[in-house]
Amino acid sequence: MSPAAVSGADFTADEMMTVCAARALRDGMTCFVGIGLPSAAANLARATHAPELVLIYESGTIGAKPGWLPLSIGDGVLAETADAVVSVPEIFNYWLQPGRIDVGFLGAAQLDRFGNINTTVIGSTYATPKVRLPGAGGAPEIAAFCREVIIIVRQSPRSFVERVDFVTSVGYGTGRGDRERFGLTGAGPRKVITDLGVLEPDHGTGELTLTGVYPGVTPEEARTGTGWDLAVSDGLEVLARPSAAELSALRALQAITPGSGGSR
Amino acid sequence: MARIVSLAEAVAATIHDGDSVAMEGFTHLIPFAAGHELIRQQRRDLTLVRMTPDVIYDQIIGAGCASRLIFSWGGNPGVGSLHRFRDAVENAWPGPLQLEEHSHAGMANRYAAGAAGLPFAVLRGYGGTGLESLPGLDGQPAVRPIICPFTGERLTAVAALTPDVAVIHAQQADRAGNVQFWGITGVQKEAVLGARRSIVTVEEIVEVLAPRAQAVVLPSWTVDYVAHVPGGAHPSYALGYSQRDNDYYVAWDAISRDRERFLSWLKTDASGGPAAAGLAGATAGEEG
Repeated sequence: MSPAAVSGADFTADEMMTVCAARALRDGMTCFVGIGLPSAAANLARATHAPELVLIYESGTIGAKPGWLPLSIGDGVLAETADAVVSVPEIFNYWLQPGRIDVGFLGAAQLDRFGNINTTVIGSTYATPKVRLPGAGGAPEIAAFCREVIIIVRQSPRSFVERVDFVTSVGYGTGRGDRERFGLTGAGPRKVITDLGVLEPDHGTGELTLTGVYPGVTPEEARTGTGWDLAVSDGLEVLARPSAAELSALRALQAITPGSGGSR
Repeated sequence: MARIVSLAEAVAATIHDGDSVAMEGFTHLIPFAAGHELIRQQRRDLTLVRMTPDVIYDQIIGAGCASRLIFSWGGNPGVGSLHRFRDAVENAWPGPLQLEEHSHAGMANRYAAGAAGLPFAVLRGYGGTGLESLPGLDGQPAVRPIICPFTGERLTAVAALTPDVAVIHAQQADRAGNVQFWGITGVQKEAVLGARRSIVTVEEIVEVLAPRAQAVVLPSWTVDYVAHVPGGAHPSYALGYSQRDNDYYVAWDAISRDRERFLSWLKTDASGGPAAAGLAGATAGEEG
């Protein structure tokens, strides 16, 4: 859909996003993973700098070590390679809810200034939506209880909005202090990784601020792709392009994925 | 004691118009064959219950069997939208579909409360979300705050799920109707124990149910009907017996997107023919 973020580059925007997300994971972390780019990023990290990364899927597979990228959170390879397979009530109650998991990866159909996520409905009324989205799944509790959250989402003025139409999963609510008021024990979104760069919450207000852009992307492009008046960090960083090793590891994972027509 | 009968007999005896029906299986062991039988028997006005409605409920909703849906995630996993579900919600086709929606954690706890014979379950969660203020099917709040009597902490209560019928697919049963399933076991144990009646379709009926690591066993007296339906989870899978048919999920996107194509699928595949054959043709047509 979106062209390569970096003109003339030999990698796609999806690849840049995936590599950027993989770099945010440290070896030995426990990671709650969703399908798509998050799963690709977590498996890329495991194949490169973080071999001891613990992958947890909401199907109840803990410590899954898939050799390729699963299409669903319940693919057989996840159960067959997991350290433990637990029931769905158990994965949410014993593992996610107490705050045992370091990082959760989430996507979004809409994202707002304070990192709140909508995956429920587009339109102003819930009962008669313009677009019915899939809904919450495990996201509200991942957003609430993982020690920190990384959001991976393509950026456009339609998806990056001043206020989400429906709060499916809470980022910083209406600003700092709301998470504590709502009883959300995790720290909230640490990074939002887009096809243009990276946003991070302002220390004081919790408002998402542009802190990094991919090589060749200007802050103005990122601001144009945002539906609110996006603040740009004084210390704006140009993020390193994917290395040859990162790209070849990611492409190798995709190449051995059965029936893969490429990532979505 | 579970009775071993044909799938058609089990569905006819167990599922009636207006019932609430939970067909569970978390990506793995989804009871698709039972779903198609329910479509063939033209059940109406059902309240469907399921964490991830998936393609199975997309088919049942499109076939006009359901009036209400209780769920937590309604997508085609790894592919995109459930188009029949969306058409029902956005355009009331083939009829209106009333929703009650939760998070996965909420649904899982609701099933667990049903299995435990409790009226509700307690969890942390829903705080600050729009889900917190959505009504249930009865128009009353589906999620309510509760204060811990020991610590004073504010927590969230969700009502128990006790569906009329639970339908699941398992790898094995023995001739006495004891059931065993393994791999990703989801919320099926809770769904069966919390339901008034239950059907289990199985890949295989074995002489001796050999214990398996990390398996769930449902003793015969917790199940009403067992039906021998090899491949009954297709296009999902049964670990040790079959692979997930990812191409079917991808092909379903094009079939379900269009009402006419869906109706022709309904006439051919759901009315008796093997659904896989029709979809294989559809896939070829799509690519050709």
